[in-house]
Amino acid sequence: MKMFEYMGKEIFSKYGLKVPKGRMVNNSEDAAFIAKDIGGAVVIKSQVLSGKRGKAGGIKFADNPEQAKAAAQEIFEMTVQGHAVEILLIEEKLKIDKEFYLAITIDLAAKRPVIIASIKGGMDIEEVAEDYIIKEQIDVELGMQSFIASDIVRRMGVTLNSPLGKELVRTIRTLYRIFVEIDAELVEINPLVISGDKVIAADSKITIDDAALYRQIELPRVEERTVVEKTAHDLGLSFVELNGDIGVMANGAGITMGTLDTITYYGGKSANFLDAGGGTGEEGTAKALELILSRNPKAIVINIFGGITRCDDVARALASVKKNIGIPVPVVVRLVGTNQEAGRAILKEVGIEAYDFMQDAIKKVVELSR
Amino acid sequence: MAIIIDETTNVLVQGISGKQGFFHTKQMLTYGSKVIAGTSPGKGGTTIEGIPVYDSVRAAIEKHRIDASVVFVPATMAKDAALEALAAGIKVVVVVTEHIPVHDEMAIVAYAKRVNSIVIGPNTFGIVSSGKCKIGIPPNQFFIPGPVGVVARSGTLTYEIVGNLTAQNIGQSTVVGMGGDRVVGLTFVDVLKKFEQDPETKVVVLIGEIGGFAEEEASQYIKEMTKPVVAYIAGKSAPQGKQMGHAGAIIERGKGTYEGKVKALTEAGAKIVELPFEVPGIIKELLLKL
Repeated sequence: MKMFEYMGKEIFSKYGLKVPKGRMVNNSEDAAFIAKDIGGAVVIKSQVLSGKRGKAGGIKFADNPEQAKAAAQEIFEMTVQGHAVEILLIEEKLKIDKEFYLAITIDLAAKRPVIIASIKGGMDIEEVAEDYIIKEQIDVELGMQSFIASDIVRRMGVTLNSPLGKELVRTIRTLYRIFVEIDAELVEINPLVISGDKVIAADSKITIDDAALYRQIELPRVEERTVVEKTAHDLGLSFVELNGDIGVMANGAGITMGTLDTITYYGGKSANFLDAGGGTGEEGTAKALELILSRNPKAIVINIFGGITRCDDVARALASVKKNIGIPVPVVVRLVGTNQEAGRAILKEVGIEAYDFMQDAIKKVVELSR
Repeated sequence: MAIIIDETTNVLVQGISGKQGFFHTKQMLTYGSKVIAGTSPGKGGTTIEGIPVYDSVRAAIEKHRIDASVVFVPATMAKDAALEALAAGIKVVVVVTEHIPVHDEMAIVAYAKRVNSIVIGPNTFGIVSSGKCKIGIPPNQFFIPGPVGVVARSGTLTYEIVGNLTAQNIGQSTVVGMGGDRVVGLTFVDVLKKFEQDPETKVVVLIGEIGGFAEEEASQYIKEMTKPVVAYIAGKSAPQGKQMGHAGAIIERGKGTYEGKVKALTEAGAKIVELPFEVPGIIKELLLKL
């Protein structure tokens, strides 16, 4: 789950990291009011779940409340990287001496957290020369000890016993604590503004592990999925909307991907990715079919290699949807595995002949979608 | 021979009284696995399917020699269960549970490394040394003994490919499911090294998918292997930025793409099949040449 900038900053602030003085608004009148309250020059930042907001015009500066109002109005009327803007963050404009970069994420190859620091912040980290990037994997059993954070600061070229050096060590250790305690996959501060001896998080990018949300009850929730994708998620199905016209249902992420690949290979286009999972029973399967139909495909392919999934459950669900709701488009079924014979008998009654091999079923459905 | 588990492996089931634990204990016994004990806190002293149940792994270890354990407990308690098995000195721990938080997975993997044990999963179908021992959840009927080593990230895709091999009477030495999550205990390289050493394995099938760096990493080792490797990578047609079911199956900022993985594997000398059902044909050819 990605979080908005202002949510991340609220977390930073709660943990004692410095963030710019600011408030959220949802209209331009309030933008002027908050700008006046902050006093002096302000920055107006669109709150959307996307990077590169500045380049897209989603961040503007203003010297006074009138300018702030005009800038806010302008941002509310635009889309930033395809996202409508509903909330703005109005903040004091910082006096910037330097811009650093600081992030902690998971190094998948090492299977450990990794901290990434740079004294060349403010831009995309991919554009920073390797010489200026410090990466350090963290042993989870050791954690972010003081000596580890101190050595990172030393490698950044900052004097360790200076007020700035001490503040950076504290910032790094605090950020690691946040990373662990909120079950983050990514915590990023870019830029980390150096203003005199102060270290200020001028931006925040945080992603939370969805699997850990059950124990992160205090965190706000952000919904990025489409309505249909959310419905599927709540049913325990994994569903992604695609742009084609062949509805797809399979059991398991890998075989679903394999099904999409095979459809593409034979020249078809998939309308969705739907992994009905292992062990989805009759009811879940029926719901999955309804979801696929809601996307108005030209044809549907169901590819089941039943392990935990029982072929007769799938067949019963398909038969019941066909009887009760009706399926207005051709359905091609590949059905093998647990209780295969019982499943095929049920399908035969409603006039569906199941295939043995996925390639044959997929060839057929691509033909039917033309 | 086979890798990691064989006909002598004594298996403990953690969470044996739960729905999945109970069902798959029966399936494993039917396959011939030596499931000799189970755990379920509060149910110590009872039996399930004739298997003695203990309150803790320590209690089971006091009575039995345990070579491997399989974790069927819910995600909220899976970290504790896996660490319990590792701390008790069990050398192979199979974590079937899905949706375990990634920070918990990092903790499990780090500890396993320190105590020098193997963690298979999380979010895995398990491991089968065909005809000898099955630990996990795959359907029994598709696994027959033979010369093909299989290592995969995805379960159902493995069933598809192994099912097709078996349909053509091509058996498998060991089939390893590393797990569909981003952080799992084994790497392709860990498993490939074992297949390279295993006399029963003549050829290896690697089933990968988009996202992450596991296949690229595997390529480095495949260069050194004497045994042929056939690879299928799922997700060629997946769009960027969309997570395809598995937590790891996502192309972000152009990383972990199908093209990148195929290039690395091809350069390493692996044979790439474009579609899953092309595997048996090419394996047959390779076996004839040996």
